[in-house]
Amino acid sequence: MLISAILAGVGLYALYNGVDVFPTFLAGAKKGLATAASILPTLVGLLAAVYMLRASGCIDIAGKLLSPYMALLGIPEECTALVLLKPVSGGGGLALGSEIIRLSGVDSYPGRVAAVMLGASETSLYTISLYCGHLGMKGTRYAVPAALAGDLVAFAAAAFFVRLFF
Amino acid sequence: MLSRVWVGFLALSLICGLLTGRVDAVSAAAAEGAAAAVKLLIDIIGLMCFWSGIMELVSASGIAGRIEGLLRPALRALFGKAAADKETMELVSANVTANLLGLSNAATPIGLRAASRLYDTAGRRGTPDAVLALVVLNTASIQLIPSTVAAIRAGFGAAQPFDIMPAVWCASASSVAAVLVMAHLLRPVFPDIGK
Repeated sequence: MLISAILAGVGLYALYNGVDVFPTFLAGAKKGLATAASILPTLVGLLAAVYMLRASGCIDIAGKLLSPYMALLGIPEECTALVLLKPVSGGGGLALGSEIIRLSGVDSYPGRVAAVMLGASETSLYTISLYCGHLGMKGTRYAVPAALAGDLVAFAAAAFFVRLFF
Repeated sequence: MLSRVWVGFLALSLICGLLTGRVDAVSAAAAEGAAAAVKLLIDIIGLMCFWSGIMELVSASGIAGRIEGLLRPALRALFGKAAADKETMELVSANVTANLLGLSNAATPIGLRAASRLYDTAGRRGTPDAVLALVVLNTASIQLIPSTVAAIRAGFGAAQPFDIMPAVWCASASSVAAVLVMAHLLRPVFPDIGK
């Protein structure tokens, strides 16, 4: 309902404001296609690595070792590896997150938590290195601890709000 | 950094595979994973293109500009003295709006320009708080319509791929609040020594 309302609303508003609606939509969709095509090599490299980690038992071992700490935050064991990977790599997060969603089931509790974790967090460490590198700043002061605290809150809140809403 | 992480994954897979006696399964998994990446992309590409097109309309119709205007007063409070510069704040609110709409391709170049102006205002010395405010804001942004995640959910057969939206909003709002509070608390702990 909300999504249909947004779609119709945006279309009508654009038409009302004299936007050449369909060609503009096509131009945007082409950008989406370019983005999708450009992430394919990243996805291939990272999903292959994630499948290998999973097959070797490494992800299960990490999950078992860290699950007591994850339990403190209310995060399901299946999502442990995602907590470690998402702040470092967006493509890796997407690859691992989709794997969790597939294995646990799309509407299962861990499947939903993984989806909300992906939607609610950014690739923090990459973002900091991108901005600070671009400006040529030497130090990053509190940026890393603040950003990682933000990620941790995003992950714990993802689990909390999934329990609350579903 | 990603190079090290990736090679670390491959090495860890080998070591764990040897320890658990599943080395052959690990080799087979590489092929499975590479093929799964293509399947995943085919599943999500339609919805990604669709929302990218809708967001183009959001930008072209002036909705994005309105959101920017609404956000500007709130953002001004975060940037101290640097907020006096009109063009800087325009770039900052355009960056935050692009993140909000999920236009990460547009958000990054605008964000870098905004960061550069903020750094200029601070005399291009040290690691100024105004620059860090923008950086941490970009590490914890809120996305109104998490279309990529919804596309993945749709690809795996979710009946309501977008039903996670309220949870995404609440979780990301919590994370933005946490980042801003932490940045404020940690400011005196990490003084700007390069000033």
